[in-house]
Amino acid sequence: MAEPVPARALEPVRLYGRIARMWIRASLAYPVSFWTMTIGAFFTTALDFVGVWILFGTIDGLGGFGLQEVALLYGASGIGIGVADLLIGSVEQVGQHVRTGSLDVMLVRPVPLLVQVCADRFQLRRLGRIAQASAVLAYGFGAVDWSPARLLVAIGMVLTASVVFFCLFVTFASVQFWTADSSEFANAFTYGGNVLTQYPLTVFPGELVKMLTFVLPVAFVNWYPCLYLLGRDDPFGLPAWLQVAGPLPALLLCGVAALVWRAGVRHYESTGS
Amino acid sequence: MSLWLAIARRAFRRYSTYRAATLSGIFTNCVFGVIYSYVYLAVWAAAPGAGGYSSQDAVTYVWLGQALIMTVALWGGGTTEELAERIRTGDVVIDLYRPVGLIGWYLAGDLGRAAYHLLTRGLVPLLVGALLFDISAPDGPVTAVAVLLSVALAVVVSFTMRFLVAALAFWLLDATGPRLLAVVLATFLSGMAVPLVIFPDGLREVALVLPWASFLQTPADIWLGERTGWSTLGGLGLQVFWAGALLALCAVVLTRATRKVVVQGG
Amino acid sequence: MSIIEARDLERTFAVRRRAGRLRRERSTVHAVRDLSFSIEAGEMVGYIGPNGAGKSTTIKMLTGILVPTAGHLRVAGLDPSARRTELARRIGVVFGQRTTLWWDLPLRDSFELLQRIYRVPPATYRRNLDRYVELLALGDLLDTPVRQLSLGQRMRGDITAALLHDPDILYLDEPTIGLDVVSKGRLREFLRALNDERGTTLLLTTHDLQDIEALCSRVMVVDHGTLVFDGPLAGLRSGGGARRTLVVDLVDEAPPIDVPGASTDRVEGPRQWLSFPADASAAPVVAAVAAAYDVADLSLQEPAIEDVIRELYAGG
Repeated sequence: MAEPVPARALEPVRLYGRIARMWIRASLAYPVSFWTMTIGAFFTTALDFVGVWILFGTIDGLGGFGLQEVALLYGASGIGIGVADLLIGSVEQVGQHVRTGSLDVMLVRPVPLLVQVCADRFQLRRLGRIAQASAVLAYGFGAVDWSPARLLVAIGMVLTASVVFFCLFVTFASVQFWTADSSEFANAFTYGGNVLTQYPLTVFPGELVKMLTFVLPVAFVNWYPCLYLLGRDDPFGLPAWLQVAGPLPALLLCGVAALVWRAGVRHYESTGS
Repeated sequence: MSLWLAIARRAFRRYSTYRAATLSGIFTNCVFGVIYSYVYLAVWAAAPGAGGYSSQDAVTYVWLGQALIMTVALWGGGTTEELAERIRTGDVVIDLYRPVGLIGWYLAGDLGRAAYHLLTRGLVPLLVGALLFDISAPDGPVTAVAVLLSVALAVVVSFTMRFLVAALAFWLLDATGPRLLAVVLATFLSGMAVPLVIFPDGLREVALVLPWASFLQTPADIWLGERTGWSTLGGLGLQVFWAGALLALCAVVLTRATRKVVVQGG
Repeated sequence: MSIIEARDLERTFAVRRRAGRLRRERSTVHAVRDLSFSIEAGEMVGYIGPNGAGKSTTIKMLTGILVPTAGHLRVAGLDPSARRTELARRIGVVFGQRTTLWWDLPLRDSFELLQRIYRVPPATYRRNLDRYVELLALGDLLDTPVRQLSLGQRMRGDITAALLHDPDILYLDEPTIGLDVVSKGRLREFLRALNDERGTTLLLTTHDLQDIEALCSRVMVVDHGTLVFDGPLAGLRSGGGARRTLVVDLVDEAPPIDVPGASTDRVEGPRQWLSFPADASAAPVVAAVAAAYDVADLSLQEPAIEDVIRELYAGG
């Protein structure tokens, strides 16, 4: 087995792609159902933004931000959770795998457990949400006075947002290794983090914003990069470098997610339930 | 009557065994309650009195919403979920030959479930909300009773809608699409996404008379004192109307479905 | 070297029990203790015991899903839990009650996916697939989604799935549960052929002792987490408190026969049932009976394996 190292490192990704493609093929076997669900997902999330729009029917600005600026925040957060949900949203099912015993089946296969759990039941229709968020983000981009640096930060923002939500999904799904039927607990952080970052953080108390910066760093999903894109000073007087620091907490979160996941698997291996 | 009570009690007990799920659900309801409270406080600070609500009303509305999500099974779930599964597997035939009516059987169970969810995932978030924010209480025992009545009717109306969606399984192999649509409509038109009272003119009037307004807007308005006296009776009357009309529709659909099952054997 | 080697294997679980309204007591339960055995490559071993005796705990440790609390364990030369993914390529596992196939995918897609997962070379994959599809008569079912298969069809699919990567060891957990007699027979025949031709080591847990009689030359019986018997099937019969039965048809009715070394269990007209320890020779008993009575006919009944195991459990 004298394989070059990069090929081996990419093996899990390739396998992920293989499993995902198989699920896509299976779902496309029922095209009517597939398209209704995809379009349905688009409109579900579209109505969600209509809610924000209705709020703005009664007010001109929320926490000092206009509708288009809120759209910027909303779109970035939405793409982040959308991409994470598309790629690894299935990790939420880990408690179910524990309960039904399918986790054991995955454990006796020569592929990392995380790859198998994430690729299981890959649902292409989750693209609907990403499409909606992209449309909202495109509208929000109208509020930005573009420069090369801002373009770079915008790209970094979308990547950071995806990685942060990716980590939140994995970290809090791991809790189900300890209590299998607590999947809703994770929603508070994943979907909660999404809803929270749809609004300007100026509507929240400063203490909470500090917590969202230094403890559970969801503020980096969109808040800080958007301040940069809009050329605004930090309303809470926090340092300006935070606005471009996003990748750092994202990397840290990756480490945390990996550790918690491993601890979860260890726990499972030492209790078998 | 005692039979219905027994069915309801059994459902209550069954749901009370999922303790970890209940606890984590309560936690999640509280987190969302906190988030929306701050958002609504900011909105009502910018537009005081929007929709006839004060800031306190708006925050109270947020926590009532969190308290009622599971109670009225806004996002689906409840005994209708089992019904859909039993239709899919064909076990529903057994239900059809029970001496008690199928709709009553599942409705009683769903009311038992709702009672459990009201006491846990309804009451606890409300208490947490009251600790963290300045929220209002109903202004007297009569209002409180009216709220309870309204919530009970909300469960019945929600049950009928979920029943109709579940019954689609008699005709459709895959009812995921309609189910998703039902959830979207319920979220938006119940006032869960945004209170119906601040909907734009025209849309608001329509939304307020649709059955989904029963889920959250009507009980919330009674709680907040936005509806009093005749207006309360009017709101409850509309809920009773929808409950009755939709139950009748359920019965018609069930008759059709039974004929289909009996004639075609599934 | 043995392909499976377990020495003083132990697995404990912490159990929390309610004691009173709020207090909870922690106690330790031994799922498996002092478990030692070794299995040579090519053996077919039956692993039996009552529910909760420690069978599935053992299998989970052997596959690396569960870490032993103490003891030494090597499977194919590897420490299973530390090198689980590596071991996964060497073993095949069939969980009788749950499928390893993908519920919504056609059988063929499941197999293809497993080819990628196990990185089976295309030529090997094609050869194995053709072979098992033919032997297990799966040809017409390849395009059927797994959820539409019958229990027996699914089991055949699961066994094919477990064998595509040519494992050295095959664990089968209740492989014949819920199958009809014909399917059971076919499956046993297939497993025997597999062992014959490829030398695959087989370890199977089962409730159906006919599986063991048909397949296994060696049986391990586990109860309360420890091995109570490990040896050939014949030895299981003679060990324990099991007894053989001698059925005697006399010419005339008579009072209960009284001969040394045997006791009379039942009298029905001229027919009497005598029992004696299974490990004792039948000859002295037969001789004594023939010398004292007018015998029309004699027949000997081996103890049923179920009874043997019941005896073992009762004694253990």
